[in-house]
Amino acid sequence: MVKQAPVGAHYGLRDWLLQRITAVIMVVFTLFFAGVLIGCPPQGWADWKQLFSGNFVRPLTLLFIASVLYHAWIGVRDIWMDYVKGTALRLGLQAVTAVVLIFYFIWSVAILWG
Amino acid sequence: MSPPTAQPPRQRPKYYDLNLLNLPAPGLLSIFHRISGAVMFLVLIPLLLFMLQQSLQSEAGFQQWKSWLSHPLCKLIALGFIWSYLHHFFAGIRYLLLDVHWGIKKESAQASAKAVLVLGVLGTALIGAWLW
Repeated sequence: MVKQAPVGAHYGLRDWLLQRITAVIMVVFTLFFAGVLIGCPPQGWADWKQLFSGNFVRPLTLLFIASVLYHAWIGVRDIWMDYVKGTALRLGLQAVTAVVLIFYFIWSVAILWG
Repeated sequence: MSPPTAQPPRQRPKYYDLNLLNLPAPGLLSIFHRISGAVMFLVLIPLLLFMLQQSLQSEAGFQQWKSWLSHPLCKLIALGFIWSYLHHFFAGIRYLLLDVHWGIKKESAQASAKAVLVLGVLGTALIGAWLW
């Protein structure tokens, strides 16, 4: 019988891999977005709104935000695992982190498609 | 031969050097990677989402953020966040390269860590010069 705490470090490879996949997505989006800001900087509100209303940039932005949030989940969870030793407190902090990140995701969808 | 005596284990000296300046470059890069990540999770993500929401909702919101960002103090705070993003960005790329065993030798790993630390500050300075 393997005894593992529900907040232990046993999600290894999948999260390790997803942390890297999301990182690559963020690098690509960062370069793309920097290119847009430098290449054809939005001249005002109309341009800015236009930029995020397209069927290309809008879903791409959501993909970027989703990557940020999942990446943040793994990173913040690692921080709790390193510094918070009590299972109850760690579970509480991880739960709060997860809820906050899910809220951010829903908020992002509302912003981009609202 | 004398029988083993039940002595308490000898107190070994501990050397916890918590002075960041004494860390080797890869260690400095690593702790900054963590700190910048935590700062972005706690402050930058909600702040940027709020900015995006306000700036897309109405022209007044857009102009409001534009005028706030022209304030010197806000620019200074923005530079802090920009450094956080850039350092995390470059350090992350270095980790990805280490993952595929690129530059994994001690000398090259130390050199790349120094390069990342410099790039983060340099990039921030460049964006700062453009902001002002």
